[in-house]
Amino acid sequence: MTDAGIALAGPGPAVPARTATDWKSAAMRARVRARYRSEQWFRALGVLALAIAGAFLLFLLGTIVRDGWRAFQQTEIEVPIRFDRALLGLPEGKPGPQQLQSGDYANLLDPVLAANPGMGRAISEGAWVRLRTMVMKDPALLGQERKVWLTATSNFDLLAKGSIDRTADEADRRVSDRDIALFDQLGREGRLRTGFNWQFLTGSDSTVPELAGIWGALKGSLLMILVTLGLAFPVGVLAAVYLEEYAPRNRWTDIVEVSINNLAAVPSIIFGLLGLAVFLNVLGMPRSAPVVGGLTLALMTLPVIVIAARAALKSVPPSIRDAALGIGASRVQVVFHHVLPLALPGIMTGTIIGVARALGETAPLLMIGMRAFLTDAPDGFDQPATALPVQIFIWSDNVARGFVEKTSGAIIVLLLLLMALNAIAIWLRNRYEVRW
Amino acid sequence: MSPALLLLILLGLGGLAYGMGRARARAFATDPRAAVHSRPVYHGAFVAAVALLPALLLLAAWALLADGLVDAAVLARLPDGGGFETDLARTAFLTEVGELARGDIPSAFDPRAAELAPVWRAASQRIGWLFGGGVLALFAVGALWAFGRLRPGFRARTAVERLVMAALMLASLIAILTTLGIVLSLLFESLRFFRLVSPVEFLSGLTWSPQTAIRADQVGSSGGFGAVPLFWGTIFIGAIIAMVVAIPLGLMSAVFLTQYAPAAFRRWAKPILEVLAGVPTVVYGFFAALTVAPLVRQLGLSLGIAEASAESALAAGLVMGIMIIPFVSSMADDALAAVPAAMKDGSLAMGATVSETIRRVLIPAALPGIAGGVLLAVSRAIGETMIVVMAAGLAANLTANPFRSVTTVTAQIVALLTGDQEFDSAKTLSAFALGLVLFLVTLALNIYALAIVKRYREAYD
Repeated sequence: MTDAGIALAGPGPAVPARTATDWKSAAMRARVRARYRSEQWFRALGVLALAIAGAFLLFLLGTIVRDGWRAFQQTEIEVPIRFDRALLGLPEGKPGPQQLQSGDYANLLDPVLAANPGMGRAISEGAWVRLRTMVMKDPALLGQERKVWLTATSNFDLLAKGSIDRTADEADRRVSDRDIALFDQLGREGRLRTGFNWQFLTGSDSTVPELAGIWGALKGSLLMILVTLGLAFPVGVLAAVYLEEYAPRNRWTDIVEVSINNLAAVPSIIFGLLGLAVFLNVLGMPRSAPVVGGLTLALMTLPVIVIAARAALKSVPPSIRDAALGIGASRVQVVFHHVLPLALPGIMTGTIIGVARALGETAPLLMIGMRAFLTDAPDGFDQPATALPVQIFIWSDNVARGFVEKTSGAIIVLLLLLMALNAIAIWLRNRYEVRW
Repeated sequence: MSPALLLLILLGLGGLAYGMGRARARAFATDPRAAVHSRPVYHGAFVAAVALLPALLLLAAWALLADGLVDAAVLARLPDGGGFETDLARTAFLTEVGELARGDIPSAFDPRAAELAPVWRAASQRIGWLFGGGVLALFAVGALWAFGRLRPGFRARTAVERLVMAALMLASLIAILTTLGIVLSLLFESLRFFRLVSPVEFLSGLTWSPQTAIRADQVGSSGGFGAVPLFWGTIFIGAIIAMVVAIPLGLMSAVFLTQYAPAAFRRWAKPILEVLAGVPTVVYGFFAALTVAPLVRQLGLSLGIAEASAESALAAGLVMGIMIIPFVSSMADDALAAVPAAMKDGSLAMGATVSETIRRVLIPAALPGIAGGVLLAVSRAIGETMIVVMAAGLAANLTANPFRSVTTVTAQIVALLTGDQEFDSAKTLSAFALGLVLFLVTLALNIYALAIVKRYREAYD
């Protein structure tokens, strides 16, 4: 080793003298500039990625709102109606409610149609329901003549909303020139108005767009979510408490943990297959029922709740447990009197997020037959029902032009519902979360 | 008596039992010589639990079994079990008898139903009384026995807590039962399918046309159950097109948000990005089918691709990729955050720019974590259903042209299982075989990806 030292000290091969880097030289300046340029580019790429994602979100929401807000409006046409007993098929004298109920109200439109056959394409085929409601409320109307606002057909509704291109060739457009002339004539006579579409919020599915509503699907969704929440929340919290607070570290606990983590990543459609095979085929539960949908979604939501609840329980500091144990609480009392109440806001937040996901889920519900065409809202947990996302799916398949705005309108309602749920979750977190 | 009414009565009685147990324990507490072990609430809960649990179990058994028992009693009256040709005919007949007996329908189609309606009524009533009486008797016995055990020294709290622990364990068992249920139901139906179609044909065949013929001599009666076009479509959309969109966008947004963006911007931008993950997939599907697919088709036509179809792999894959962005982004975020700060600081101290540090140091160091996240994203994308059902179509094409329509495993499962189902046809059963493949593949991807992520975390801890 010393030899080497001496060799360095003595005359040896000449070491080239290291000249200091000349940062001012043109070559070095260009290099530094290039490096900073690539820095700028990289940064711009990051901004671009975020901008693309954001632009897509805006595009998506913008398209939905543009197409959908009109679903909340409906055009009506003013028509003179004579409440003629003969047309209704009612006997003279005071008719009973049963008779009023079963009258032939569609016939009341006959004089209108006789005067102008085109009105048959202007007035919705379900408009008579309003006439029945009027008469049921006030039987004195019988024999009188009134001007009544009746629901317009989808084509006239779209004309009023400007959704139909009038300049297009007649063959390419859904509405004939004659109908447009009639529409303009009605408009000149002041017999058209556009108002809030209550039918859309209170009705159920229908084959004609102007009568279709989301209430049936919404109610089905709510019934289902009740079942999901009622099952998944208690079971999920109890399972999380066991795994986080009591479970011994052994093979058995490992199996439980692994299966929960895997269930959280299983595609939702697999849960649908499970529901079909077990709930419908083995247990013989009713098809299309909210209880089956709720059960299926509960199994899907369970792992989400367990994972969120475990995280919330873990964040409660051990000092709380030690203090409770120290003053003589039993192990069950420690958890149920002290740890669980402190973890509850976190658990609730996770539960709401899980439920929001279940509320937007479609695929598993298709598997268990919640795709039925139902014109009434479900009356109970075992009645055939559909759900809001499934209704969106059904309508999206419908070729009738009027259903595009209904589909987008239903999507707006669904998104508002999910936003409200998430807002509650965020509020809960901000209001009650404790940072230890 | 209906099960629902009995349930209400039982719950009311349970409340009563709780109150009585608690009142009795309160009386102990007034005796100064008694060493009371548990507080009165535990005595009350003990009585209520011992009385209610067996009764509720019997009630559940009743709700499950009652219909079958009534049906058996009705069928016993028919010579040689009614001689029904199919199970369906027997079920229909029994439904008719039941509806007639309850008065839901005025008259029955089958003359035997009218005869048997009184039998149904009698059997239903008898079984109702039997079970109802049994449930109430069980409740009474349980309540009396538990009440008799209440003493000042009785360890009611220990007993109740043992029950609570049992309930906790049962709850955690549900996860295993669900997994077991998925595996068994998929396996069972798939085995039935593989009895009709060989697994080799299913996994390697190139034609997919799952119609089964009604008559043997019908055209196309053979049916084709080669799932390779489905597997390819799934990989093409979920693992290729969607990832081409999601990986660069997700990774770059994670890099920008964690390395460049000021904290205030990050606080706003991240939740907005997360909204993309919160939009229901049916909404994406609607958007893909109605807005994106026509644009993609126009693009294809303008590029001179004549076969560009209205339902294309590209439209579905693009939208799915956008949906996956927040997922990839948050996985990349975690992976980048796990790289020790010393590595980043060292690189910056040597004079590297931020982007050089990210490209040469951070991303290579975080690569295993990012790769694991991407695998998880792939697993999510191939299990995604609604977007492909609505935008990718049902044509089983084996093509690499993104402007053509392809179909995926999930889209086919939906197509096979909606509408009429007979549970002995290969068509319906094939959906379960597809489900089994999907389950196994996503499971393997998840386990492998989580293992990578875990090992990577440990390497830096």
